[in-house]
Formats: sequence, C-alpha cells, structure tokens
Amino acid sequence: MAKIELTRIPFIKNALKSRYPQLAVFIVMLVGYIFAILAGLIGTPVGSHNFSIVFVWIAWWAVLILVAVPFFGRGWCSVCPIPLPGEWLQRGAILSPPDKKPKWLNLRVPKMFRNIWLQNISFLLLALFSSVLLTTPNITGIVLAAMLFAAIGLSTIFERRAFCRYLCPVGGFIGLYSQTAPIELRIKDKQVCVSCDGKPCYNGSSAGYGCPWDVFPGGLSKNTYCGLCMECIRTCPHDNIAVNLRSFSADLAKPSTRMDEAFKAFIMLGSAMIYAGVLLGPWGVFKDAAYNVGTSAWFAYAVIFLAIIFGILPGLFTLGILKGKSSLPLKQRFASLATALIPLGLMFWVAFSLSFVLTNASYIIAALSDPLGLGWNLFGTANAVWQPMLTSILAPAQTLALVGGLIWSARTAQKAANEVRVSSVPTIVYGFILTLIMFWLLL
Amino acid sequence: MWMRLMPSTDHPTSPDLMNQRFSLLLIGLAGLVVAFVPLPAQPIAPQARTFQIDARQYAYFPSELQVNQGDTVTIQLVSTDVVHGLYVDDYDISVEADPGQTSTLTFIADKPGSFRFRCNVTCGAMHPFMIGRLTVGTNNWLYRSIGLATLAVLGTLISIKQKA
Repeated sequence: MAKIELTRIPFIKNALKSRYPQLAVFIVMLVGYIFAILAGLIGTPVGSHNFSIVFVWIAWWAVLILVAVPFFGRGWCSVCPIPLPGEWLQRGAILSPPDKKPKWLNLRVPKMFRNIWLQNISFLLLALFSSVLLTTPNITGIVLAAMLFAAIGLSTIFERRAFCRYLCPVGGFIGLYSQTAPIELRIKDKQVCVSCDGKPCYNGSSAGYGCPWDVFPGGLSKNTYCGLCMECIRTCPHDNIAVNLRSFSADLAKPSTRMDEAFKAFIMLGSAMIYAGVLLGPWGVFKDAAYNVGTSAWFAYAVIFLAIIFGILPGLFTLGILKGKSSLPLKQRFASLATALIPLGLMFWVAFSLSFVLTNASYIIAALSDPLGLGWNLFGTANAVWQPMLTSILAPAQTLALVGGLIWSARTAQKAANEVRVSSVPTIVYGFILTLIMFWLLL
Repeated sequence: MWMRLMPSTDHPTSPDLMNQRFSLLLIGLAGLVVAFVPLPAQPIAPQARTFQIDARQYAYFPSELQVNQGDTVTIQLVSTDVVHGLYVDDYDISVEADPGQTSTLTFIADKPGSFRFRCNVTCGAMHPFMIGRLTVGTNNWLYRSIGLATLAVLGTLISIKQKA
C-alpha cells in the first residue's frame, strides 16, 4: 500500500500545527485524570461503582487496546495528560514560545537508562499487583497520582519527557505495538534534514520546543519512540514533516535487534496469557493468590509469573531457534525473530480485552451518573442494571483476533527470518502453540 | 525441510503465483468449512442433572460443569460468605443466594458450547473475575478455532515454500 500523506489536507495540517486543539483535548484529559485520582481516593471502595476503576480500567483500556493502539499507534500518547504538569513546569509556560534558558536541572538521562528496561520493570511491577490495582479504587488513585508526580519530578531533573520515554509502564507497550499501526510521522525528504541548520525539530526554535521525546525526526524509521506530540511539525522551517497513512505493521519489516524490546514482546505476550488464565479462568485458587498480596500464595504467583515471562516463554523460543544454521549471534536472531511476537501479543491483548470489556462495559452507564458511588443520579442512569454485552459474538470475535494475530505474526516471522537468513518455521510453530493455549484459556 | 523453507528474495514466477493463489483459495474454502459447517448432534438422551455449587469470594466450587445438550440442569447455589449471584452468559439467566442460603436455578441446556457463568451481585473487590465455566455437549467452537489456526499456519507455510 502506498503511503497517503494526511498532512497534505489543509484542515488536518492546520489542526496539528495549531496548539489550541491539542491543548483543548489535553485539558479535558487532565481534568478526567485528576477526577479519576480523586474518585479513587474519596469515592466508594466498590470498584464497579467507582469512576476510577470503571473509566480507567474498562472505558480507557477498551479505547486504548481495541482502537487507539491498533489504529493510531501512539495516538494516546499525543493526548495523554500525565506529562503535562511536569512539562509546563519544565518550560515555565503552557503555550508561549520557548525560552532559551533551560528551567530546573535539565539534565540528560544517563546512558544506561536510555532504553525501555525501566519501562519493562515498571509494567511488571504493576502487573504483579494488577488484581488489586484493577479492582481497588484507592490503589488505582494512588498509582495514577504516583505516575503524575513521578512525571513532574523527572521533568524537574531531566530534560524533555524522561518519564514518557523511559519510565511510563503504559508507554513501553504502546511504543512496541505502535509499530503495527497504519499511521506514522516521518520526514518527507532526508536531504532537507541533512542540510537543515540548527535542527530546530530536535533543539527547538521560536516556533516551538525541541522534540519532547528526544528523537531526531530525520532519523525516524519506526514509531516506537515518536510520541506523536506534533511539536516537530510546528518547528520544522522546511515543512518537511508528514503524518502518513500506511499499511499495517510497516515498521516490522525491519526487525529490531534490541533485547529490551524483544523482552517487552515476551512480557506483553506472557501477561496477556496469564491474565486470561487468572482473571477470566474458572480457577479460584489463582485469583486468591493474585489478589492476596504479601501472602505466601502471592509470592508463589509472582515467582511463577516472572518465571513464565523471563524463563519459560523466552526459553522455549530460544530452543526453537537454536538449531537454525546462521552466522549471526543467537542474541541477534532472538531479538529479530521476537519481532514476530509483536502482532501476536497485540491480538492476544485484543482477545483478552474483548471478554473483559464486553462483560463489564455496562458499569460505565451507571458510573456516569454516580461516578463516586455516593448515591448521585446525574443523568438518570445510576441504577442501570449490569448486563454483559454481545456475549454471543464474543467467542467468534476472539477467534478472529487470535487467528488473525497468528497469520500476522507468521508473515512478520517470515520477514524477520529473511533479514537474519534463518528459517521462520520454529517461530511460526511457537506462535501457533501459544495461540492454541489462548484458545483453551478463552474459549 | 526447514532448509527448503529458507526464505528467498526471488519473486515467484506466474505459474508459481497461480499455484500459490490456488492453494490459498483452497485453504480459505477449507477455513469456511471448518468455521461454518454444521456438525451432527450427538444422540445422547437428555437427563436431569443437579449440581450444588458453593460460592465464596471469589470462586465457585465446583467451577467447571459439564452437561449434555438437552439436559435439564438444576443448580443449587449455596453462598458461604456474602451475597453471591450466578449468571450464565448467553443463556441470560441468573440466580442469587444470601449467605448460608441455597437458591435454585433450573434450565434446559439447549445451546451447545462453552459458557462462562459469573457472579452478578457485587460481592467485593474481585467480583468481576468471579467466574466459572459450563460446557454443554462438546465445545465445538474451540475445535473449530484450532482447525482455523492450523489452516492459517498451513497456508503461511505453503506460501513460504512456494516463494522459496
């Protein structure tokens, strides 16, 4: 599929260049985010009647994983409110042109942290406590507040959006899966960037700020670390930045060679499978273990969780690709072929989330009218009865997602295998076996 | 065999392309058969089956039920701690039990397949995940899905082989 440059359409380009539409969305999101924190802390402790649980873990999660990530990549990051207060503090401004004097410490993030290992760790920390986090409003409120304050704190120490780029537990997997999305921000002509004086897209100018994501757009070849903040569209003096529609998973044609990204793929894949078994399965003993944090059962759950993600899944994968004849080091083959697990993992999450979201979506209607669970009835829907939605099409939809993910993964495996000159068959068989396990867990 | 499946950068010639498209068409047709062809019902005489299910935060015991299509199923729900419910997906039927009390739900299991049953009375933090599973007859959709996944892999391997 040929790329279609969306920024050729004047309405889109003007909307992206202007700061006001984005600011309007930001403000709505920030208000919603702060309200979610407050609801978590002062609202009812009953999760299914509290805005923080219902709107964060059902409504937002559904939009994120079923729509935003698959179709818009880092589209959520472009309107996420978490970095805003820190960024405003860092810049000393909300909309006014940048001041050349750096505010606060403005340090560069140490090189050893310039990868996504911290994001892998932060995601796993939340994942291990997810049964409590997903169901307990005050814990959700505390975690949301902690993320906001961590982003503010890091903005006063480090330059740009250090939290988004290196610590955000959500941003890590959005970045990984954004490679599959049919949208991208790229330069139009590389030569223009090469000859551009001062590189205002990275360093900033009177027209706007240097890339908050610490990315030089001239070198962008995949979506992973571009937050779609649109700052470079505003600063480029040569009109050389484009937002394009493209084919799905275009970035995956050139597989990654980074171990942090490869392990991110395993973390996400394994988490989706564990959640499908623990949260949606019929086994009470696993739910007890996952929920009762601090008990010996929970420690056993945590050890098994980590063993699956860091031992069993990558171990079996390594065994599968070990025998292939290749002059490339195993580490490079591992990282490259793990690219095939990105679409597979995304569709595992889609299949898992369909079940969770469709079953619980009706809570949204009641929580709209009574977001704190205090007996309000703002829109007359507070007494809406819980009712699972579309359960008759759930299983076919999950099969479609999982089989589609398997085909997508197999085609990606073939491209990755082409790059490292090995057979794609072990990777395809690996994806097939994991898909069968997901069928068993979900259907 | 794996070496023969090593990727090649050569583009397939026209007859190869035709073969590949024909193979994929066949696999697509096989996929439609696997997904939609009705399966004969197993001729098992319907029975009356009664299950006592103990409900406590956040699990049912037993949590997995197996019946035959056409069976008359009676569930005696006993709550051992707080108020719990039992709602059967797709059948859209439910029952609630107060602590220490037994409530009864009777229905004819006329829809085949695998169905989750879940608590429909908010019973605590993990309430949304208090889930059990009812299998009526054979879970054909699981086997159809496995068939579709197998065909999908087969199609991909054929496509790779023909490109090689």
